[in-house]
Amino acid sequence: MKAVSFGQYYPSDSILHRLDARMKLLLVVLYITMIFFVQSYIVFFAILIFAFALVLISKVPFLKVLRSVRMIMFLMIFMFIITTLFRGGNVGEVALTGDLRFPSIYLSGIIHASHMALRIFCLVLGTSLLTFTTTPVELTDAIERAFSPLKLIRFPVHEMALIMSIALRLIPTLMEETGKIINAQKARGAEFESRNIFKKAKAMLPVLIPLFVSSFRRAEDLANAMDSRCYRGSEGRTRLKQMRYRLKDLIALLVVVAIFFAVLVFRYNFFDFEFITYLGETWWGGSSDLPPPSII
Amino acid sequence: MIEFKNVSYYYNAGTPEQVRATKKLSFTIGEGEFVALVGHNGSGKSTVARLMNGLLIPQRGEVIVDGNLTSDNKKIFDIRKTVGVVFQNPDNQMIASIIEDDIAFGPENLGLPPEEIRKRVDWALESVGMSEHKRGTPFRLSGGQKQRIAIAGILAIKPRVLVLDESTAMLDPVGREEVLKTVMELKEKEGMSIVLITHFMEEAIKADRIIALDKGEKVLEGGREILSMSNELDRIGLDAPFAARVAGKLREKGVSLADNIYEIEELVRNIM
Repeated sequence: MKAVSFGQYYPSDSILHRLDARMKLLLVVLYITMIFFVQSYIVFFAILIFAFALVLISKVPFLKVLRSVRMIMFLMIFMFIITTLFRGGNVGEVALTGDLRFPSIYLSGIIHASHMALRIFCLVLGTSLLTFTTTPVELTDAIERAFSPLKLIRFPVHEMALIMSIALRLIPTLMEETGKIINAQKARGAEFESRNIFKKAKAMLPVLIPLFVSSFRRAEDLANAMDSRCYRGSEGRTRLKQMRYRLKDLIALLVVVAIFFAVLVFRYNFFDFEFITYLGETWWGGSSDLPPPSII
Repeated sequence: MIEFKNVSYYYNAGTPEQVRATKKLSFTIGEGEFVALVGHNGSGKSTVARLMNGLLIPQRGEVIVDGNLTSDNKKIFDIRKTVGVVFQNPDNQMIASIIEDDIAFGPENLGLPPEEIRKRVDWALESVGMSEHKRGTPFRLSGGQKQRIAIAGILAIKPRVLVLDESTAMLDPVGREEVLKTVMELKEKEGMSIVLITHFMEEAIKADRIIALDKGEKVLEGGREILSMSNELDRIGLDAPFAARVAGKLREKGVSLADNIYEIEELVRNIM
């Protein structure tokens, strides 16, 4: 599937693009869960290498990926600063700022805050990779199929998926229409280029109302067209594209599960590895909840 | 195939804003026939299209499709399989954002096996000459191409009657030509009945039969000879085809011309 002009999708034929969309959805959920078990720099570093390797495999240009991460840069910095300022120290830890009441910054606070920022970074990186390699249509299809067990409790899975795909399909149409209405209002002397935010917001009202009205007309037309094409809900409906799990999907799952397991081992040290115990006591291998590392 | 028996339809029936859209309308559409339904804006012709596949149910009279009443809820699925309606605005008829997914919507609803759906999608796109756009999106296509996609979406259901409700009204002359050519080919190759609803009389020239509506009533019915009745057509707000009008004026001036001149080529041939 190519030439879907909206959303983040980047067309290519990499192995990530060809994975089953349902599997990708599952993998992203696993990945997100995994990120929450990570609490040391060295493991974050490993995850980042893994994520960047995936970007390379996906053939999505690096800059494009970074651009999508840039959007949450503000959130990351904001959380870092707030957490650093307000997180109390561990038991017996001396503040870096000495006896000052405010701000009282602790080394463990800085470590904790940077872990949080890294966590957000890893989350966005992984999930944006999903939207880069999967078309919106595949994604809604996958969601419909992944959630189909919910039909048992009468949750309208098919209807939700259909609503999503129609919404996606209407985005370009509505954008085009918005453009036309803006031009029509401009021709009548409306001011959209004003720098005053209030004026600008006011000028949008005569755009939104016609758009709203015409959306209703469109909805009516669409309903008629769907009826005319024998639509009667999900009942008795078949699909053109069958989704099938292949060997590569299984391999991808195994890889992610293995990494997940390694992360858990690093965190809980099930097998009492000595090097993990050692790492846990360093500032770069341990979590911020431990007593302040003695090396510094 | 389709039979209208004294059909009257009212919008907002039972309220003070009640409006009559059709009045005691009766006609039939035969198997493999090409019928043009012409009328001025507000003549009720779009209502007729919606009555044909049971989107609207008449308050009086009955519409019978292939022996089934459109008011019979159990048969509505069969009726919509038999009568496919293509509407005016192609943008509002697309369900999916990829062309082949959109075409597949109809056959998917019929519950066909995937291989059969695939075959029908390919066939429908082939029939309207849009095969190379299969995996593209409809957004960058021209109006005529979009409308051909909309027709393919209906074709994939394999209806026996294809109803085009002003499907060319929003198109430029080139797009209109494209769509009409496609429709004529379908009639010839697949033996489909065609109901062309329009207010362009030029489009009605190729029809086997022409039915003219005014204020929801049938005022004229017949073959191409209707196209030269300039005065009657004028009265219901329609223009006779250009060539027929020219021929009429020439005849008034005493030029002797053959009787049945509707197309420019015919006119030219007769004058030369």
